Amino acid sequence: MSATPVLALRGVSKRFGAVQALTDVELEVHAGEVVALVGDNGAGKSTLVKTIAGVHPVDEGVIEWEGRPVHINRPQDAQGLGIATVYQDLALCDNLDVVGNLYLGRELLRYGSLDEVTMEKRSRELLNTLSIRIPSVRIPIASLSGGQRQVVAIARALIGEPKVVILDEPTAALGVEQTAQVLDLVERLRERRLGVILISHNMADVTAVADTVHVLRLGKNNGAFPVKGTTNEQIIAAITGATDNAVTRRLARNAEATQ
Amino acid sequence: MSDKTTMRQPLDEVPPPAVAPLDPRLLVREEGLKGYLTEFKRKLKGGELGSLPVILALVIIWTIFQLKDSLFLSSANMVNICYFMAGTGMLAVGLVFVLLLGEIDLSVASVSGLAAAVFASLSVTHNINAWVAVVLTVLTGIAIGAIHGFFFAKIGVPAFVVTLAGFLGWTGLMQWLLRGTGSLTIQDKGLLHVLGQRSFFMNQSIAGAYILATLGVGALLVGSLIDQSRRRSAGVPFRPTGEILVRTVALAVVAYVAAYVLNKSAGVPNALVIFLATLVICDFVLRRTTFGRKIFAVGGSIEAARRAGINVAMIRIVVFAISGGFAAIGGLFLAGQTYTATLQAGTGNLLMLAIAAAVIGGTSLFGGRGNVWSALLGMLVIQSIQTGLDLLNMDQSIQYMITGAVLLAAVVVDSVSRRTQRSSGRA
Ligand SMILES: Nc1ncnc2c1ncn2[C@@H]1O[C@H](COP(=O)(O)OP(=O)(O)OP(=O)(O)O)[C@@H](O)[C@H]1O
Ligand SMILES: [Mg+2]
Repeated sequence: MSATPVLALRGVSKRFGAVQALTDVELEVHAGEVVALVGDNGAGKSTLVKTIAGVHPVDEGVIEWEGRPVHINRPQDAQGLGIATVYQDLALCDNLDVVGNLYLGRELLRYGSLDEVTMEKRSRELLNTLSIRIPSVRIPIASLSGGQRQVVAIARALIGEPKVVILDEPTAALGVEQTAQVLDLVERLRERRLGVILISHNMADVTAVADTVHVLRLGKNNGAFPVKGTTNEQIIAAITGATDNAVTRRLARNAEATQ
Repeated sequence: MSDKTTMRQPLDEVPPPAVAPLDPRLLVREEGLKGYLTEFKRKLKGGELGSLPVILALVIIWTIFQLKDSLFLSSANMVNICYFMAGTGMLAVGLVFVLLLGEIDLSVASVSGLAAAVFASLSVTHNINAWVAVVLTVLTGIAIGAIHGFFFAKIGVPAFVVTLAGFLGWTGLMQWLLRGTGSLTIQDKGLLHVLGQRSFFMNQSIAGAYILATLGVGALLVGSLIDQSRRRSAGVPFRPTGEILVRTVALAVVAYVAAYVLNKSAGVPNALVIFLATLVICDFVLRRTTFGRKIFAVGGSIEAARRAGINVAMIRIVVFAISGGFAAIGGLFLAGQTYTATLQAGTGNLLMLAIAAAVIGGTSLFGGRGNVWSALLGMLVIQSIQTGLDLLNMDQSIQYMITGAVLLAAVVVDSVSRRTQRSSGRA
């Protein structure tokens, strides 16, 4: 694993009016590492993702990219660095067809006009590797099922050449086969030396693919664990805070020290 | 953890099939005419009405007026309709762009009136070259639209309020420009000569109309065939040759009949030629460029567009600038009809007619759905009604009431079809 993380958050805080959604959050992602981000509902996971993706800028703290501090104020900034994001709310345009959504903002051109044929061809290939069945890539997103939309949103993140891929609950709406394909995909991204941030409520998925698990609780770091040598119970305890005692804190400290 | 690994297979063991097997639930069209009919019925039920209601409305309107006055379908009257629809049509084209964003521009008519006054005062009062004055006038329209766009996109004032303020303000500016005289006579030269009532394509030569028809039909045929062969070689679904031929023949029938009818009188008005060329260019911009794609994206979901890296504020400002530009161009067309800039320019029901045309033609008020051809179809309906009522010497009061009813009907069709599309998953 490389010495400098490709993406690092240092003391990031974010407020929404009276809600302190994130407080002094630390996070490191290395190339070729899958970081799972877990936490209860409302813990601030999606907020963290959106600050990295440039949907809303951080209030305090620094985001470092390949060791250098960067300012991510707009989605374009994050995309420019090489951060691709699958949002929990998907963020697709209902009126555009599948191809249009996949390539939105990154359209392929041919003699200055849209190259629909190549985009359509690549879309079909990409969706095939995710083994999703979509009646046609030319129907509007509005007419797809929830899981089909989710796969489109995931496929969207793979177009272009990202260095870090962020997946906010990517398998929430997926069937057994499609979930397996997405987990496969995460492993392929790791093999290609990309950094991956995976948010999930499913412990089985997390332990299956992640290298490190970061727990977020009430907008604060609540421990980072290497997946090897950590039991689900320890992670769950950190998530719920139910056994928030000296033992778990000690475990968390040790885990951070060995990282 | 081992149960997970058995569930997942490495990708190289399951190579994705080269061509995805078709989903058995996808309704594939049957071969032949029957297939078209069943698909047509399915689309109707799903609220995908397309151009059907407009064409139906047009047939009904033409039948009624023809029964009332046998001159209605005469060649001379058809030339009239084609000539007079171009001016308002230009306003409708600009509105299509704004409607695609899901917004509205209530200032287009007053900007068009102002444009006529600006042009007249530049070219007549200040003696500026007629072509230069045209450019300056259009730039004025673009600047006005950009101002509307700025207040909407950057300050966050709702578009209908900004453009309503513009509606009043620009009318005031026009009156100020024409103060004293109340009207200015424009010279019959430069672009305004081309836009005049006696200006026809290729000087009324019979060949002109047929050349235009052939150009249109040929472009459709060649374009479709090239697209088909590219898609075929890329291995993606393509339109069967039979369907291409049917579409080409349908356009050919309409184009050549129109050419024949217009030729029986004076031919194709130049104003119409410019209008059609504008539609072709705008259609290309909206459907074939990244800029057009961005407009649809913002009209579909602002947040999704923003997260895709689209500069939403910029798109909004540019779209309102386009609308302002087309309003100014439309104003020049309307001024060309009488060679005057008057206090009446851009007043009355012009705004309603332009909005109605865009919506009647099938561009949704709710954003994200529509195309510029709706300006043509809608204008055919609107101008037919206008011309028909004029032929019957209907009072203006009646004309206003009918325009209002037609606009309401178009919006009702739009709303209902949107609701049906929602419930059948297509909006
Ligand atoms: N745009 C916003 N405006 C105001 N408050 C917000 C906004 N977005 C999030 N919050 C608040 O921030 C907190 C964290 O929300 P967030 O969506 O990040 O949770 P999460 O960890 O992703 O939860 P879940 O597992 O349910 O997706 C919540 O208390 C939420 O109410
Ligand atoms: Mg969330």
